[in-house]
Amino acid sequence: MASDTESNLTLKKLKDFDPEAVEETRTFRGELTAYVRPAHFLRACEFLRDEPDLKFNFLADVTALDLYPQEPRFEVVYHLLSLETAQRLRLKVRVAGENPHTASAVPVWPAANAFEREVFDLFGIVFDGHPYLRRILMPEEWDGHPLRKDYPTEGYR
Amino acid sequence: MSVTLERIPGKEDQVILSMGPQHPSTHGVLRLVLELEGETVIRAIYDIGYLHTGFEKSFESKTYSQGITLTDRMDYLAPLSNNLGFCLATEKLLDLEIPPRAQWIRVLLTELTRIQSHLVWLGTHAIDIGAMSVFLYCFREREEILHIFEAVSGQRMMTSYFRVGGLALEPPLGWLKGVQKFAKSFPARIDEYEALLTRNPIWLGRTEQVGYISAEDAIAWGLSGPSLRGSGVDWDIRKKQPYSSYEKFDFKVAVRPEGDVYARYRVRLEEMRQSLRIVNQAMEGLPDGPVKANAPHIVLPDRESMKTSIEGLIYHFKIVTEGFHPPVGEVYQAIESPRGELGFYMVSDGSPKPFRCHVRAPSFANLQALPKMIEGRLIADVVACIGTIDIVLGEVDR
Repeated sequence: MASDTESNLTLKKLKDFDPEAVEETRTFRGELTAYVRPAHFLRACEFLRDEPDLKFNFLADVTALDLYPQEPRFEVVYHLLSLETAQRLRLKVRVAGENPHTASAVPVWPAANAFEREVFDLFGIVFDGHPYLRRILMPEEWDGHPLRKDYPTEGYR
Repeated sequence: MSVTLERIPGKEDQVILSMGPQHPSTHGVLRLVLELEGETVIRAIYDIGYLHTGFEKSFESKTYSQGITLTDRMDYLAPLSNNLGFCLATEKLLDLEIPPRAQWIRVLLTELTRIQSHLVWLGTHAIDIGAMSVFLYCFREREEILHIFEAVSGQRMMTSYFRVGGLALEPPLGWLKGVQKFAKSFPARIDEYEALLTRNPIWLGRTEQVGYISAEDAIAWGLSGPSLRGSGVDWDIRKKQPYSSYEKFDFKVAVRPEGDVYARYRVRLEEMRQSLRIVNQAMEGLPDGPVKANAPHIVLPDRESMKTSIEGLIYHFKIVTEGFHPPVGEVYQAIESPRGELGFYMVSDGSPKPFRCHVRAPSFANLQALPKMIEGRLIADVVACIGTIDIVLGEVDR
């Protein structure tokens, strides 16, 4: 497993580009997860999209995990795909539970727009620099963020 | 939900029009807010969430096996594709080997699902644009496929037929006769649709150079499936990242470079023909053997062993009352659903219920391209554009 992670070209390139960017990596069932430090996130994304050998030009998905009561509480998860090399990569950014906010990936992949709105809506994580950050699935006046772990499945009655 | 467009100061003569959620051409409960100048759309935003039922939250309080029934109800036009995505993700988490027969039946049925879903799309798309009769023919053929689903799973639409570890049960004797009958008659039926539409001047006038999106934009906005291939991007997960033994089947990926409504129409029609090829190959080479993996702690035992052996009874009791425990970890499994990349992101904390199960719904992503397609076009084209991205609101809102 460990050698798998080390020999990965994507990871090597990313570390060469910015040794500070990657905080931690994990491999499970052949899927690579890279934890990126929030301050380096946007630069790393741009690099991954534009680097000719990697070309992660397709943002497949954005979602989040609530690890309550752990701290930092949230992980925002980006699933990248390269339509040229058919590789996938999972990027994660850790976000604190108190006043959660992180950089938006919309400047790099416009597709992040609706996905990040969904994360904002259901987890309450604010994406800095998002052009239209409003609730998307829940009603505008809704109280709370349903996918948080401290939000009961039956709702508040 | 409940979004509005603010009027631009100084342009008070423009009309803000709310289209939907109750509108026959919005394919469910999609609401669009359009800013019009005469009949031209200046700005457009979409408003969704009317069908939001919190599937992702519900997954967290159900065992993996129970979760399958929820997947049917998301993309209700392609329930088997959703079943497959969910099962493959869970099986990846468990590192479970699926017997060849189950894999082939899965391929066969998901390809029938693709045809069935495209038939609904074609029928409703044509009726939106004004061709009434195509709808009737499409639904006639769709009913034949639903009969096949009913024969194997007992349900026309909410199938829940794929289970973690294989299939729910061996299909009934003689079920392939129904598939053969359909496969024999269907090529002539596609020709029939093409005769009605492909060179029809009204159809061409309404679809050519309408709803254009370039390959770069399509990729940047996360379009997938036929909507991406209609812009000339040769990307099909069945070919590029094969799952469920798709690599053993011979088929072509339909791609058209034009990027308009007509190109996407041609792509989907070609996909129906290719899906039929896969169905025929799957029938010819269908392997014998079990349809469930040999994993007694995960797959329910058959009735016989449950009634006659103590191990069977214990496993049955444990799986039903408690479920199975996947190892701690996370996986993302994408499949090519009729609408594009359907991804399941599954996180396990080792308990019998998923810690998190997120669905990357292709319709949700594809919808983002709609304002881009319709801004600057006539309001009549809006209807053609909603049809061409083939959204299912159950999946958009989840």
